[in-house]
Amino acid sequence: MPELNLTSAPAHLRHGSNIGQPLTRRDGVLKVTGRATYAADNHPPGMLFAVIAVSSIARGRVTSLDVAAAKRHPGVVDVMTPDHKPQLAIDPEIKTNPFVFRMDALHSKEVRYANQPIAVVIAETLEAATEGAALLAPRYETLPPLVGLDAGESFVPPVVGVGNPAESHHGDVEAGLASAEKRIDATYETPPQYHNAMEPHAIVVQWDGDRLSVDMPTQGLMLSLARIAELFGIAHDKIHIRSPFLGGGFGSKGLMGGPPVLGIMAAKLVGRPIKLVLRREQMYGPVGHRAPTRQRLRIGADAEGRLTALDHHARTVSSTFDDFYEPAADASHTLYAAPAIRTSHDAVRVNTGTPLFMRAPGEATGSITLESAIDEMAWACGMDPLAFRLKNYAEVEPMTGRPFSSKALRACYEQGAARFGWAKRSLRPRQMRDDAGLLVGWGMGTATFPALMFQAEARAAIRRDGSGVMEIGAHDMGQGAWTALAQIAADGLGLDVDRVEFKAGTSDLPDAGIAGGSAHTATAGAAIHSAGAAVIARLADLATNDERSPLFGAGNAGVIARDGRLIRRDDESRGESYSEILARAGVAEVEARGTGAPNPAAMEEYAMHAHGAVFAEVKVDPDLGQVRVTRMVGAFAAGRIVNPRMVQSQLFGGMIWGMSFALHEEAITDRRSGRIMNANLGEYHIPVNADVPPLDVITVEEHDPHVNALGIKGVGEIGITGSAGAVANAVWHATGVRVRRFPIQIEELLTQL
Amino acid sequence: MKPFDYVRPATVAEAVAAAALPGAVFLAAGTNLLDLMKGGVSRPDRLVDVTHLDGLDQIERLPDGSVRIGALVSNADLAHDADFARSYPAVAEALLSGASAQLRNAATVGGNLLQRTRCAYFYDTASRCNKREAGSGCDARDGENRSHAVLGWSENCIATHPSDFGVPLIALDAVVEIEGRGGRREIALDELHRLPGDAPERESALEPGDLIVAVRLPPAARAFASHARYLKVRERTSYAFAIVSAAAALRIENGKIAEARLALGGVAAKPWRARAAEDVLRNVAPTADAFQEAAWRALEGAKPSGDNAFKIELARRIVVRALLLAAAGTPARIPALPASPFAATSGAIHA
Repeated sequence: MPELNLTSAPAHLRHGSNIGQPLTRRDGVLKVTGRATYAADNHPPGMLFAVIAVSSIARGRVTSLDVAAAKRHPGVVDVMTPDHKPQLAIDPEIKTNPFVFRMDALHSKEVRYANQPIAVVIAETLEAATEGAALLAPRYETLPPLVGLDAGESFVPPVVGVGNPAESHHGDVEAGLASAEKRIDATYETPPQYHNAMEPHAIVVQWDGDRLSVDMPTQGLMLSLARIAELFGIAHDKIHIRSPFLGGGFGSKGLMGGPPVLGIMAAKLVGRPIKLVLRREQMYGPVGHRAPTRQRLRIGADAEGRLTALDHHARTVSSTFDDFYEPAADASHTLYAAPAIRTSHDAVRVNTGTPLFMRAPGEATGSITLESAIDEMAWACGMDPLAFRLKNYAEVEPMTGRPFSSKALRACYEQGAARFGWAKRSLRPRQMRDDAGLLVGWGMGTATFPALMFQAEARAAIRRDGSGVMEIGAHDMGQGAWTALAQIAADGLGLDVDRVEFKAGTSDLPDAGIAGGSAHTATAGAAIHSAGAAVIARLADLATNDERSPLFGAGNAGVIARDGRLIRRDDESRGESYSEILARAGVAEVEARGTGAPNPAAMEEYAMHAHGAVFAEVKVDPDLGQVRVTRMVGAFAAGRIVNPRMVQSQLFGGMIWGMSFALHEEAITDRRSGRIMNANLGEYHIPVNADVPPLDVITVEEHDPHVNALGIKGVGEIGITGSAGAVANAVWHATGVRVRRFPIQIEELLTQL
Repeated sequence: MKPFDYVRPATVAEAVAAAALPGAVFLAAGTNLLDLMKGGVSRPDRLVDVTHLDGLDQIERLPDGSVRIGALVSNADLAHDADFARSYPAVAEALLSGASAQLRNAATVGGNLLQRTRCAYFYDTASRCNKREAGSGCDARDGENRSHAVLGWSENCIATHPSDFGVPLIALDAVVEIEGRGGRREIALDELHRLPGDAPERESALEPGDLIVAVRLPPAARAFASHARYLKVRERTSYAFAIVSAAAALRIENGKIAEARLALGGVAAKPWRARAAEDVLRNVAPTADAFQEAAWRALEGAKPSGDNAFKIELARRIVVRALLLAAAGTPARIPALPASPFAATSGAIHA
């Protein structure tokens, strides 16, 4: 692949600093002209095509594969099976760290879920490999699969999400419920959902001796590299991964799954480059999904509408062979000031691919139920849902009593409600109609997502010509990292963004951490910021220690970097350009590294979360029960906004995911076979453009001095939270019918309207 | 993919001869067939590409007042033919409510009528399906079947026909012109699709080699132009099949219904003509009560084939609404959201 160079993009008009500017995507022209190279666009010479054959049963054993028939097919080169494959250096079932998930790498003939890889056919053409896979005609010994939330004995998992306790409590929930004036006890269900990134999982692999070159979309270059290294027993520096662009990931490309490993194995088996791309339906199994949940919320409130207790229990599922538990109930930890809160989880094992992180894991599933239940509680108390939420506003984190590092939620409520016109809402449901006679409903939800930080490193340099370089193995999933991180880099280097060569997306660059947890901009940004500061300090050393410099004697802290110059803090008329400093010092460039990491002391002291308030209007046909969202307003406070345009798009995307959660999305599992019956974008319904109403996003100003040096909280996932509940609550307000199974389906409304 | 022969005949007669061989199928736009082949659902030995045949892509107004639509006219071209849309507005509205803009640009009139069911068990080759493999059984019957048939189904098959286009066509007495080994013949569209009975694998009245060359709407079909609508309830506003749909067309004279036409989509293995409902609407005033009565008649004999009892009630309500909309008059322009219950909602900008 040609070296990716985004520095020649047309200059952006800029006023003031780079951070905060609504720059358009620096990779936009490449993308709209088809020149952005995604993994599957690579075709090294001699490349073969690999196609995975997947299991059609969900539980049992493969007893035979007609390998001979597949091999007889013209163009088929080889068939990789459990009996014929390169050996891995370690057992793929071993969890070497908590971020390693068990994968299916043809190490066993046992079948644990439908769509599990059972063989790989390698051929000269995609068509030949596809037909070869069909000709394998697997035979099975089939066992009855475990399907659904009641598939077996439930158990309390050791942890949920990433290391959260399965049960947490604060105060006496039972006493709080007993003393309540009003109580609700409601059970909700959320379906399995699949990430469905537009770009399917793909890998192009080339071995050169023990060196490995890989093109694949990944949200975690270093995690993927480390996993490949341990599986294939090769040193980290023998592996080069390129992932300049992802066509969406949403969590499904964060951790190395089985399919790319099979591509690497196939290339090793045949000694030629391999391309392996998942078919859409094959993405419903081996690459993670959002597990279904059943959640019971019991809430009590006193006569004034103050919460007395909040009890949130979530049942979920994991696979029969690994552990990931959707931490749905934990959504109740932070939002409402109940004196007693208990969250708990249990789970059953089913024949499914292991569920994994999917955009706002836990927060999304927990938010739609919590916000529905809060809405039910407000109605039980006869209160406006916004007034009820304000009455129970958490001034400190309810479970811990810690102060928030910042929390502009009140402003979100105010600004969102004002923009939406919330004050005109009828308290009672089914009171509003439009000119066409459609029922109109208004609902709201509170949004929240933790402000997380991982670890990252960046390398910065300033060159003799006065330009800058910033290197970090960051990931652009479509969210705009190429742009936002370059803006942070430019500010860190005291340069215009067009004077910075920003390098990202390959594994030979410093580790940017994972693009997940809505933490990538904060984490990578912090590393970039500190690398920039470090290289400027080096440059300042050169200048301030040199008698010939107008900055001589100013001291390191006595200079500031601006527009490619260092200037004296106490006299801005005195300064010189980067190139002058480097030329006089006789060096080609100065470089430095910086790191980004969470601050444990601040995390101990403060609760750190982004917040928001989402308001939705739906219309419902009173006879036919068809629901459509007609308007949404979201007001979000997420610390510093690096690029308002990218942030708005992220929040739009999240809000659309939220309405999709409430009204559209559901993987339908055949309860007898455990197969997903709508594993395609025709039948797995996500909203089309005509379903998406005018969306209005307000970013509420919020200054947070504690989360990180830049004050960034992250916006990748928060948009889903609050939004899904707002839509569900609007449906209730329109109809008076409370649907507790998501997505809300027409039959639930039809008979009750 | 399984290897297959590809032939491109020069004439209709050659096409018929080429497709009469076992394992041969016609290929038009392929918007359904190619997906079926990629999924291993359909594994033909020979594709007979008819897209280059001359004379099948015309919309002709015949002297007797009927219209003849060539089988290769695209869904989009037909819907956007201004004269056609004025004369048969429910047909144009149905076309525009189907699939997506990209698919409509490619999909043809003949192909639309012969598209296969979207029953998930038909597409899932690991499932038993009597349509895909005669006598293998029906996994939909006790499976995930909330979208399946409520009329005309059998224990052997509960699949529905997915076409929107076919619904107003059947209401308007469309005729299908077929070229076969025995020459040209024509049948009513209502006779093209078969109900499953005990042979769900036999989906139509077509014999090997039979090629639909045109669809004709008789002169009387124009008479409904001022009171004709198509209404489709679906789970998203575009690119989704109907849960239930209805085409309603009325000829109103002196404040009374002189003649009514009604058909339902998404309820059976074929577009479902509701003649009993039409009969009760003859010579009555177009009132909600009359339409309620028609709705009950339309769904007489309906029974759930699974978790889909709601479709019967939904179908009744859709019938009433479609008739009310038709009685109110065909709008001057096809709504931006064609066939949507939200068509009248302001602000919609998508067609």
